[in-house]
Amino acid sequence: MSFEISVSRRLGQGVIALDMAGGDGITALFGPSGAGKTSILNMVAGLLRPDRGRVAVAGRTLFDGDAGIDLAPERRGAGYVFQDGRLFPHRRVRANLLYGARLATPEARATGLDIALDEVVAFLGIGHLLDRWPRTLSGGEAQRVAIGRALLACPRFLLMDEPLASLDAARRDDIMAVIERVRDEFGLPTLYVSHDRAEVERLATRIVAMPQRDTA
Amino acid sequence: MSSFLALTPDDWEIIRLSLKVSLVAVALTMPIAFGLAWVLARLRFPGKLLLDGLVHLPLVVPPVVTGWLLLLAFGANGPAGRWFADWLGIEFMFRWTGAALAAAVMALPLMVRAMRLSIEAVDPRLEGAARTLGATRWRSFLTITLPLSLPGVLAGAVLGFARSIGEFGATITFVSNIPGETRTLPIAIYSALQVPGGEEAVTRLAIISVLLSLGALIASEALSRRAGAGRGGHVL
Repeated sequence: MSFEISVSRRLGQGVIALDMAGGDGITALFGPSGAGKTSILNMVAGLLRPDRGRVAVAGRTLFDGDAGIDLAPERRGAGYVFQDGRLFPHRRVRANLLYGARLATPEARATGLDIALDEVVAFLGIGHLLDRWPRTLSGGEAQRVAIGRALLACPRFLLMDEPLASLDAARRDDIMAVIERVRDEFGLPTLYVSHDRAEVERLATRIVAMPQRDTA
Repeated sequence: MSSFLALTPDDWEIIRLSLKVSLVAVALTMPIAFGLAWVLARLRFPGKLLLDGLVHLPLVVPPVVTGWLLLLAFGANGPAGRWFADWLGIEFMFRWTGAALAAAVMALPLMVRAMRLSIEAVDPRLEGAARTLGATRWRSFLTITLPLSLPGVLAGAVLGFARSIGEFGATITFVSNIPGETRTLPIAIYSALQVPGGEEAVTRLAIISVLLSLGALIASEALSRRAGAGRGGHVL
């Protein structure tokens, strides 16, 4: 199984808990807003620590509360595409794209996706944006760059948090096609979070319903 | 009129001393202020309110009290004073180093305030994004947090410099009024006011004082505007 996730975490009033497994392709985590889907992604990425449980991706244990395993985010090999792009505002597009690529260790290159800047730029059609500042990009352009930045960081798997949520209808179609091509071309296991049924049905290989947050 | 505004060698010495005291005070305070600002902006811990209060104390306590506390701690018989004398060979009493220390303590709260605001304005989620891209905590700090907060940090430093140039009460209480050692601009103005016929010197030194402070304030404001484009970057 590509994703083996069994975690729980107390957050605010409730408890976010999930027990799921996902195979190759895109596994969609589907549910209403406020159910804690983003928190699950953050737990897989290492940005949020589960209270207990286990996270493994492609057979590699990233977190195991009982065994005391908790890999730092930079060692997990996640290519994380955020809802808002989250590009670094003080770096041009080129430097944003190369941020993770420059940090990649030989081990990461050997085990994760190893792809050149030119290839990613051509694949995403962002050659004309390389010298621009992030604040001058449209929502769709920013999301392409964010996807490119994640792909260039030698990821072993991808996390996508509502990457279409901040886009208008035309751009949504556009980026959805990009995500389909990423799925088919690179074959990275992907955990995809959304509250939009149509989007999930088009993209996902497998759909996991996010349970409502237990208020305890 | 031209002779009236011409600076005497004594004036130049006072200006040099003031600049030296303020620059040393700010240079030494900067890392401490930045560390405190980061801790106050990013960490949650018991006693945070107390630390915040202690940092801001020099802003609200009468400067003469701050000077007296410095005297107790860093005087010849104060615990900190003895430690500095024994281990680093630095003495503060009646020395320009003492004036720099007093200026540093008085400037600290202003610097921490400005730097804290600029660090808080950096979205911590950007740091998280950097981590997922392979950056260690330290590298994410160096490549994301530090450059994004830098203009605000520099604005805080310049503001601290302006405050140091104007420092009077704590300095004169702590290290007295010694020409060439602790007689900085404000203390020199005060001294000249005590002397019959000192009005010309007072006017000259006051003009210099205003120009230096104004220049520093404008620089600080310009830097913080750059920092907070759209975020409202006032530090005062």
